[in-house]
Amino acid sequence: MAIIEAHGIRKSYGSLLALHDVDLSVGEGEILALIGPSGSGKSTLLRVLDLIEPANEGALSVFGINVVEERGRLIDLRRRMGMLFQRPIVFNSSVYDNVAMGLRYRGASNEDIDRRVKEALEAVGLSRYIKSRATDLSGGEQQRVALSRVLVTDPEILFLDEPTANLDPTSTATIEEIVVRLNREAGMTVLISTHDLAQGQRLAHRVGVMIEGTIAQTGPSQDVFRAPKDRRIAQFVGVQNIVPGRVVSRRGDLAVVEAKGKQILSAIPPPADEVEMAIRGEDISLHRREPGHEETENLFPATVTAVEPTAPFVNVTVHCGCDLVALVTARRAETLGLREGMEVWVSILAKAVHLIPREK
Amino acid sequence: MVNGNPIIEGFIEAIELIVTLDPQVVEITIRSLYVSLTATFFAALIALPIGALIYFYDFRGKHGVVSLLQTLYALPTVIVGLVMFLMLSNIGPFGFLRLLYTPGGMIVTQTILIIPLLMGLTVSALSGIDRDKRYTITALGASRLQTVVTIISEARFAVMAGVLLGFGRAIAEVGSVMIVGGNIRGATRVLTTAITLNTSMANYSLSIALGIILLSVALGVNIALSLVQRR
Repeated sequence: MAIIEAHGIRKSYGSLLALHDVDLSVGEGEILALIGPSGSGKSTLLRVLDLIEPANEGALSVFGINVVEERGRLIDLRRRMGMLFQRPIVFNSSVYDNVAMGLRYRGASNEDIDRRVKEALEAVGLSRYIKSRATDLSGGEQQRVALSRVLVTDPEILFLDEPTANLDPTSTATIEEIVVRLNREAGMTVLISTHDLAQGQRLAHRVGVMIEGTIAQTGPSQDVFRAPKDRRIAQFVGVQNIVPGRVVSRRGDLAVVEAKGKQILSAIPPPADEVEMAIRGEDISLHRREPGHEETENLFPATVTAVEPTAPFVNVTVHCGCDLVALVTARRAETLGLREGMEVWVSILAKAVHLIPREK
Repeated sequence: MVNGNPIIEGFIEAIELIVTLDPQVVEITIRSLYVSLTATFFAALIALPIGALIYFYDFRGKHGVVSLLQTLYALPTVIVGLVMFLMLSNIGPFGFLRLLYTPGGMIVTQTILIIPLLMGLTVSALSGIDRDKRYTITALGASRLQTVVTIISEARFAVMAGVLLGFGRAIAEVGSVMIVGGNIRGATRVLTTAITLNTSMANYSLSIALGIILLSVALGVNIALSLVQRR
């Protein structure tokens, strides 16, 4: 059953359109990651869904309650949810009082507050700071205070707005671990926005890509990464090769796409005649000589034109009519002895050649 | 005396006046503190809730009101003095209160003088609570009243700083208390008006003594201010 159901959400600030035509359904117990570039509307959407700000248009129901009609129940609904923001937000009071805020708003008894605040601080490893002024803590510690302030209220839906964007890897790992555990053990529904694709992939059951104020594609992260629906999504999910081409014929199940005189086979049903091939760099293999038993549909010679190291990988640009960028591990690049001007063989599986309609 | 320089002589005499707790100096200082502290108290009582209302309620012309308040920060004290003189004098509508040339009249005048400052600074203190903090309060499930209480308590130090600034303006101003109080010895004479008078009468030692005290009060306010702002 959908715990959040949104249709045609539109939100603008003055003349600035932040969200439009947003349709989203979130299942109970699901972790959904909203990924997208900065300014694509992720934070605004989370605020609308958490009922912090009303949408200008659209239908929204949370916990099966239509929030557009039943505005009087907003506080009750909000109190069943929680949100952690990108910037660590703490109030100018003790860590204890910070964590107690949500419980005090709910009118919890002092003993109850005392017990739960202590438990919550224990869980994020901040018990020793219970009496400290929250503003004196480091950024990572403040974010953990903010997280325990949210979790102490036992939210059924947790919203995380780029919660680890400013944090060190250790604090990030701690927060991710807590979120995954709460989802698994308590069945908490989680919506997390992130521009970190790897984080989205790591945590989420499903991702939604936001581009320019709307959700452009949703699905399991593998689908979104391998089969982006259009050029902008492909660019955002890090597809290095987007090559315009034309579907010229069919060969069995495969489509033959011609690009700059070169024919490449694709196992994807072509969405149009004029297409763009989206090929991830890691799906392009390079070989020193023609491979003998390579079970690959696309195999052709090419010339290396650039070798660019990026951390554990090397981006290798090869020319074969069109330019393609292959992502090769540093070790493999060394073994192959890749250098500019070298002749190599390129192999690409037809399955890895994703086709998207070409935009005018 | 030492070398006949009236400034140095005056300075030495001034120190004597302060150290020996000269009755005239003490009396003027106490009156000055009494008038300005009372004025600040009443101004805060009026300006803080209204400032909060202006911040929390959206109404047409809100922006204009805030701009007007900020313009009134620089309200010339003699103008306030003149207007209040006319109001409180026998020809004015509040003449029957018999407040002209009394400390009470001075308190009312200083109260009116610093109300815009306190209101404006309250609005900006509350506006200093950033958007994300307000979102956080809402997301934590605060009711309308709980939101107001949390924001005010979060802005308490900035509001306090505004009140201190208001007190600083009240105790240091000379124009309106001179006009409304009349600088009557033993009745309405305060630090600033006494300095003005004694300087024009070449009674430098008393002026310098009162000047040192006024400066110390200003210094005290500033120290308090920086302590508050460091929080």
